[in-house]
Amino acid sequence: MARIFAYIEHKGGVADDSAVELVAAAKDIDPAASPTAVVTGWGADLDAVCNALTASYAEVWKIANETLAYPNAELVRKALAEVVPHDSLVLVPHDHFGVDLAPGLSIQTNSTFVSDVVAIEALDGAFLKVVRQEYGGQVSTHVRCDVSSGAVVNLRPGSFKPLEGPPANGTVIDKSSEVGALTSGRRYLETVVAEAGDVDISKQAVLVSIGRGIQEKDNVGIAQELADAMGAAVSCSRPVVDAKWLEKSRQVGSSGQTVKPKVYMACGISGSFQHLAGLKGNPYIIAINKNPKAPIFQVADVGIVDDILEFLPELTTKIREL
Amino acid sequence: MEILVCVRRVPDTAENEIALNSAGSDIERDDLVYSINEWDNYAVEEALQIVAKAGGNVTVVTVGGEDDEEVLRREMAMGANHGVLITDDAFNGSDGKGIATILKAYVQKGKFDLILTGVQAEDGGAQVGGMLASLLDYPFASLVNSIEVLDGKKLKISREIAGGNREMNEIDLPCVLSIQTGINEPRYVGMRGIRQVASLEIPTFGTSELGIAANSVGDAAAKVKRTDYFVPALGKGAEMLQGSREENIVSLIGLLKAKGGLK
Repeated sequence: MARIFAYIEHKGGVADDSAVELVAAAKDIDPAASPTAVVTGWGADLDAVCNALTASYAEVWKIANETLAYPNAELVRKALAEVVPHDSLVLVPHDHFGVDLAPGLSIQTNSTFVSDVVAIEALDGAFLKVVRQEYGGQVSTHVRCDVSSGAVVNLRPGSFKPLEGPPANGTVIDKSSEVGALTSGRRYLETVVAEAGDVDISKQAVLVSIGRGIQEKDNVGIAQELADAMGAAVSCSRPVVDAKWLEKSRQVGSSGQTVKPKVYMACGISGSFQHLAGLKGNPYIIAINKNPKAPIFQVADVGIVDDILEFLPELTTKIREL
Repeated sequence: MEILVCVRRVPDTAENEIALNSAGSDIERDDLVYSINEWDNYAVEEALQIVAKAGGNVTVVTVGGEDDEEVLRREMAMGANHGVLITDDAFNGSDGKGIATILKAYVQKGKFDLILTGVQAEDGGAQVGGMLASLLDYPFASLVNSIEVLDGKKLKISREIAGGNREMNEIDLPCVLSIQTGINEPRYVGMRGIRQVASLEIPTFGTSELGIAANSVGDAAAKVKRTDYFVPALGKGAEMLQGSREENIVSLIGLLKAKGGLK
């Protein structure tokens, strides 16, 4: 069987949560698998990550290169294509870095690419059978991938539960000398940190959160009035920010804020995984959506199928009468 | 600047409840409302804004069939100068790499400085742009949420990363960028605009025009294939309130009080 590699993202000398999820995914491919971690970076941070990973991985391949001090996917891709055997199965987290790195890596290694995998069913000879979601999670598909010449498999963060087990007591193997000069037509300049907004939604106990179902900017006031009546704050999902109806600082999700309220009222929000990734601390979730098939109803505690533009004002009126 | 934007026509999830067909082999496509893939529409708007400042032309291209002409015309009504339909029975069943291979052949027939795609499609996986860049050996950046033309040779771009932060990069032309929603405010297209482009010719390209070996694309070459569709059962599912609106409001207020949702 082809060797399994896990690409490890890290920051500030600490491996990303996905590092242990990729071990679990490898075991779903083959229960006997002993995946190899591959880590790129530079300096003391890289060494700290590699040493820590020996608790989860029997082998940790270290690629130290000054040009990789910041993870520019263009350069990381070149390094991986030089070091990792092309017939391997390479597991990558499907996040802002993984979507940058992985599709092109599969071309460089002439292997198969499968994106945003939420579950692995089995490896059957040359075929890997996985589960993906389509249309914002409204339907799922079984997908059969020919991995006979290797594959790059992007895995959705949070979909693979880390395994309990004894420490791997692994070893770090330095592969740095196998990488030649790394250059790219894309150069990292700096990271611009998001501006703080007027309301810090990450500190609110109750959020009235609106999505595409609010339909137009003039309707945002409907949610604000309800939030005022409840003593809550208004947050939102991505389409509301894309349409410039609310500030970016109000957005809950992987590309916005992480929130941890006690009560989360999702109004006209379909419930994409990117949105749900920003919801922590196991809040009580109330979902109101006119589409009974909206994925939000699968994760909510209580659901109401209704049009928020009619439901919310009536709810506001009743709360004011209390 | 000559800009190519790769677009797709997809079922509009804002307008449809997506359900399975009776065989579970596909989604139910009868009565679906189709539209331009949302990410692609932002990419076309961005291209139009770039040529408005820097000069040049915008070409929109799609791989599909006759039905897909409507999204090309919609984007031409927005202001794209040219629409191109890539169509051939041999392309049916292509996986992401197949589509990227087809687009590469088209790119190499022209002289484009910048190629844009949407970050992803409703049923896809954020893959064609990155593959196309690697096939062309062009630099690539995904999740792009701002573009500034520095000169005729390079761009300054930002990428959307975690927590609402932005990663700034400089990237050489020609390059491939995948465009994130929210990068701009796509202009409105009215019926009048669509009528004005209704008679414009949309050239078509197939395997022979593109010089593509039929066995390098399509179903035969696809290594990633859907075997069936199903409805996921995630989580425990919500307790659905089934009363009238008035009854549901009373129930909900009771729940909000119990859970600390009212001050």
